[in-house]
Amino acid sequence: MEQAIDFKGRIKSKLGVNPQDATISLTYFTISFATLLIGGILGLIQGLERAGLYQLPAGFNYYQVLSAHGLLLLVVFTATFTMGYQLANLSHSFDGLLPKVRKMVWIGIVLKLIGVVLSVTTIVLGEASVLYTFYPPLAAHPIFYVGLVFLVLGIWAVSFGVMINYRYWRKQHPSQTTPILAFFAMGVFVLWFFASLGVTIEVFMIIPWVLGWIETINVMVTRTLFWWFGHTLVNIWYLVATSAWYVIVPKIIGGKHFNEKLIRLVIILLVVLNIPGGFHHQIIDPAISISIKFLHVFMSLSIAVPSLMTAFAMFYVLEKAGRNKGGKGLFGWLKKLPWGDVRFLAPMIAMISFIPGGAGGIVNTSNQMNQVIHNTMWVVGHFHITVGVSVVLTFFGICYWLIPHLSKRQLTPRMNKIGVIQTWIWTIGMAIMAGSMHLAGLIGDPRRTSDTTYAGHESALSWLPYEFVFATGATLLMIGVIIQVYAVFNMMFFAPKGTTEFPVAEPEEDQPKVPMWTERWGLWAIVLLAVVAMAYVIPIVDMIVNAPPGSPPIRTW
Amino acid sequence: MNKGKLEEIWMTVSIGVLVIFMVIVGYQTFALGMGPPSNKEVIDPQKVDETAPFDNPGLSNSGNNKYELVMTLEAFAFTPGNIEVPVGAEVEFTMTSKDVSHGVQIPGTNLNAMVLPGHIQKITQTFNEPGEYLVLCNEYCGAGHQAMFTTIIVK
Repeated sequence: MEQAIDFKGRIKSKLGVNPQDATISLTYFTISFATLLIGGILGLIQGLERAGLYQLPAGFNYYQVLSAHGLLLLVVFTATFTMGYQLANLSHSFDGLLPKVRKMVWIGIVLKLIGVVLSVTTIVLGEASVLYTFYPPLAAHPIFYVGLVFLVLGIWAVSFGVMINYRYWRKQHPSQTTPILAFFAMGVFVLWFFASLGVTIEVFMIIPWVLGWIETINVMVTRTLFWWFGHTLVNIWYLVATSAWYVIVPKIIGGKHFNEKLIRLVIILLVVLNIPGGFHHQIIDPAISISIKFLHVFMSLSIAVPSLMTAFAMFYVLEKAGRNKGGKGLFGWLKKLPWGDVRFLAPMIAMISFIPGGAGGIVNTSNQMNQVIHNTMWVVGHFHITVGVSVVLTFFGICYWLIPHLSKRQLTPRMNKIGVIQTWIWTIGMAIMAGSMHLAGLIGDPRRTSDTTYAGHESALSWLPYEFVFATGATLLMIGVIIQVYAVFNMMFFAPKGTTEFPVAEPEEDQPKVPMWTERWGLWAIVLLAVVAMAYVIPIVDMIVNAPPGSPPIRTW
Repeated sequence: MNKGKLEEIWMTVSIGVLVIFMVIVGYQTFALGMGPPSNKEVIDPQKVDETAPFDNPGLSNSGNNKYELVMTLEAFAFTPGNIEVPVGAEVEFTMTSKDVSHGVQIPGTNLNAMVLPGHIQKITQTFNEPGEYLVLCNEYCGAGHQAMFTTIIVK
């Protein structure tokens, strides 16, 4: 195997992901992209239905398709990709996972698959058309919630495995800081664990209620616990994407990564500040006072600070690499970047799209502006730009080096070209779809609503042209999905044998020493809990103490 | 300029913009009374029809072109529906849900509020332009969600 130099300049005995861990990652990617194909088809169906171009066959309805699309893409596709990628990073950084951690991960995969099969089956049978948010008192079949429990257990098995491996490595290397990709992985799984606590409590409130053991449920508390998890989840994907921006992209463009102290600070801030961000989904709810809501504007906006630090760091790294290659003038360095390399192009467009994505997020989190766009298509446009581009294009870009690396094959020039074409199709498709969704939302088009003109009302008729544009974008995206799924499985099983680099950037010269205090994850967990307590204790106690009589389970589909 | 200095300027300006932003949102919320609908009264969601004021939903004139509209939401209807008010009417909506979560939205205005079972939500809107306004449910409430709407005619 090749020789490589690690972060401390020490010669590693071998480069790359341990073969047993490669099998784990490839298993996750197989699940992930099979799910993307199904979820993508469901997305296209919705786009066409919404524009009035297609009618679902009898026995199926829009909300059932939407429930499956949301659950499959938001909880299965992104989650399994994240696990495959983060575990590969960890294996690469630590020269392989511990055997017992490997076992925990396999248990996690099995638990997760059981959960997905249970939950999705209830949706397919029409027993759980409750959407990604499953707000009580909508009550799905109990098996739907049991499936969610297995999903969470699957996440925990992997999270605990990562934490155990991290601690083990720290003990073996007491005087060193962990490799930066392992530090990212730790941040991702710590946040994931704490994020899932909210939905776990919620699901354990719901299960006895749908089984009839308790008669009623507290609607506001379950809703708040859902968003503790529901919004943090998408920010976990964002943290995963930034690991590639900070550490992988600089290597691909022939540069060095930014000051590691700042990178670590960004990770820590994204982990500790994140959970209260969920409250901005409840800005126009009753039962939360205006002053608490204002506190949450502040808490949500604080997440913008590490993102702005990232913006500075990335432009610095990009400009420096471009200038080192001879780029002159104010923007000349941009031309020197490898735009024809899919491993760069895809994450670069992902980063650029986070500029409008982040700005839209600031709109969503601000009291008054939220009221204008709440539950309109604007929100759907927002998360298709943030998750659908900033996160997903980064993930797609990672595929083109990680999958051939794991399968011991090559990224051929032809496959690179396919990747570049795929990236542009995806970008144009999302720009068209998410752009028109934002505009339609501003003039009132509601989200999560089956095709209707509200008896030909003129407001609703004014949305129709935009809805045709959604359908056009969705069609392009479906083509993008097909190409991507083809590329992934080709690189996994059919590309020419060989080796592909695992591109990890090195730090710039003369960097200050990485501070050891950043390794204190116990402390960061306490800070995270303190921030959560600050955000949640007062409103949740208020929702319980001043609760109305609860709601019985209701099925309206 | 070196990297450290540039970074300092960038972060100072960025955080400064966020702080100014917070001040504006706060001023609008607390000084101008533009805060989001956040009413805190509660009700038994299974006894809405027997509880005042929802035992008698409808529009009432409180003088000076001000109206109070007591409205119940349920899958898949607004009660009362097809409301008429004069131009310039300031309408205070008092709403609750009889079953699942709903949302009320009037496109073309900033009226947008969640209406949840067990909670009474309030929001006020002045209708200065004549016309037929669409009132729709914007929170998924079941198979007929897209059929849950009514109108307010302003003339």
